[in-house]
Amino acid sequence: MSKLNALMGWVDDRLPVTQTYEKHMSKYYAPKNFNFWYFFGVLSMLMLVNQILSGIWLTMNYVPSAEGAFASVEYIMRDVQWGWLIRYMHSTGATFFFIAIYLHMMRALLYGSYQKPRELIWIFGMFLYLALMAEAFMGYVLPWGQMSYWGAQVIISLFGVIPFGIGEALTEWIRGDFLISGATLNRFFALHVIAVPLVIVMLVVLHLLALHEVGSNNPDGIDIKKLKDEEGKPLDGIPFHPYYTVHDMVGIVVFLMVFCTVMFFFPEGNGFMLEYANFEPANGLKTPEHIAPVWYFGAFYSILRAFPDKAAGVIAMGAAIAILFVLPWLDRSPVRSWRYKGWISKIFIVVFAIAFVILTWLGTQPATGPNTLMARIGTVIYFAFFLLMPVYTRIEKTKPVPERVTGGH
Amino acid sequence: MKKLFALIAAALPAFAFAAGGNVHLDEHRTDLHDKASLQRGAQTYMNYCMGCHSLEHSRYNRVAKDLDIPEDLMMENMVFTNQKIGELMTNAMRKEDGKTWFGATPPDLTLVARVRRPDWLYTYLRSFYEDPKRPWGVNNAVFKDVGMPHVLADLQGRQVKGTAQVAVGYDTLTGQEITEERDGVLYLAEEGQLSAKEYDKLVFDLVNFLTYVAEPIATERQRLGWWVLGFLAIFLIPVYLLNKEYWKDVK
Repeated sequence: MSKLNALMGWVDDRLPVTQTYEKHMSKYYAPKNFNFWYFFGVLSMLMLVNQILSGIWLTMNYVPSAEGAFASVEYIMRDVQWGWLIRYMHSTGATFFFIAIYLHMMRALLYGSYQKPRELIWIFGMFLYLALMAEAFMGYVLPWGQMSYWGAQVIISLFGVIPFGIGEALTEWIRGDFLISGATLNRFFALHVIAVPLVIVMLVVLHLLALHEVGSNNPDGIDIKKLKDEEGKPLDGIPFHPYYTVHDMVGIVVFLMVFCTVMFFFPEGNGFMLEYANFEPANGLKTPEHIAPVWYFGAFYSILRAFPDKAAGVIAMGAAIAILFVLPWLDRSPVRSWRYKGWISKIFIVVFAIAFVILTWLGTQPATGPNTLMARIGTVIYFAFFLLMPVYTRIEKTKPVPERVTGGH
Repeated sequence: MKKLFALIAAALPAFAFAAGGNVHLDEHRTDLHDKASLQRGAQTYMNYCMGCHSLEHSRYNRVAKDLDIPEDLMMENMVFTNQKIGELMTNAMRKEDGKTWFGATPPDLTLVARVRRPDWLYTYLRSFYEDPKRPWGVNNAVFKDVGMPHVLADLQGRQVKGTAQVAVGYDTLTGQEITEERDGVLYLAEEGQLSAKEYDKLVFDLVNFLTYVAEPIATERQRLGWWVLGFLAIFLIPVYLLNKEYWKDVK
């Protein structure tokens, strides 16, 4: 043991391993009242690792070419040992990554985790979300099925609304061709397997470093560093390790049970995860009747289609994502958590969440009359939640925030 | 009251029709554990479909192994080309020829059950009817103006579209079938080599096989799923207790 300690000392003199471990794990004090919502950060990390590992193994047999891509996926599903499992881990993982991310973001909305001094954490998180959307979009093109092809066609053509000939030139530059082709597939493969994952991993590091600098928020939105004991430890804080490592393990196992239920018994997710039309090879001459995005893009696709004019739809969709970045400056409430905000905030956040779910659903459905009307109402609610926030968070009466955290253990 | 029941019974198929999009689809109760059904389906496929529709992502030996067909029997009875047992199940039809003959190249059907779904296939293969305006003399109620001829016509018989008596429900008192004259329904004008029931069974087996071949791992995937869930359920116990042990001193 002393030899091991000596070795550790030798390393520590040259690299701050123990110091780093203490700063981020054993002496990182997290509020003791984390609830259910606080599992989704670590679960997002779990899904990122799942995507990277299963992705590495998929690339070993995937053929990134218009001629070979579709057949290589079926080769993985049939002839590669455990290939089907690796592929389903990756495809189901994409869905669960987004579920975890959306709930993680919802947590931040509920408890005001984006408010001062955590603005940078939120911004890094938003860049992560943006990178994840790009990653998922390009990944869905790779199997080279009908939805891969036509989904890419629809999304890339959105850039075409930019006027003065810029849009057209831009879409051509993105595709690398006059239409979606093998050239598009190859560059998306490169971006999907190396460029964007690198960005994501670096952003995760920044997201966590920024978090550990200011400390975690909690369901009460209280600053636990205000009250410390004689040793300088927050009274309401507990070391992340071992308390939250063992705690997160419970969440991870339960989450994996849900994940495995879907992966082993409903890998197509009823057509919402692996769309039925995507089991047909890409065919540039045959437009599918109904081009629908995978579920996790549904809300933004609904906002796009809510406008009769394509350019307006594209601007609205961009704005719907962009507005999230400035959220820390839209919320003028003196309190963080919705527990202590006024009733307007409470109603708005619930209605917003419902509208987002409905928009997500509508995005996967054909845009018929009543659907379009609902999408328009949903879009109005989506923007009202953010645009009116500076007003209603300022005028409403908030409740007093307690000194110490409540609930939990 | 009786009239009301009959009305509801008559209305039910109409609802199903509305829910299914354009055409009402009959349910295919897929059973991938029924090896005999899958074997019969494979046999039908090889005899009637394989000439035009390849299964280019599947291999003969994989089908033989999964369906419990000895390899020599498979070679003798189901491989009609000079291919080897480990090869992909392709056919000799050239794509350009298929296009010239049928107006569209007959598609590969390895994944058709995942694209169209079993219910659609089950209904489609039983919905051909005589239509002298079409090049092959048949049309299809599910897939309008389809380029494919009715390959199974000898087995099914002559199905036509017209006015016929349709069962719309049962008399609640006597238990007798209530029929009604309807327009635009499919009915058998002349029986084929198989009875209507036998033909449905043949198509059922064929669709069962196509569902298998679209995802050959399906049954194994589910079997493993129970083991994985079982492991996680047991693993949850020590993980939960460990958490409880640590947290008992947090006040």
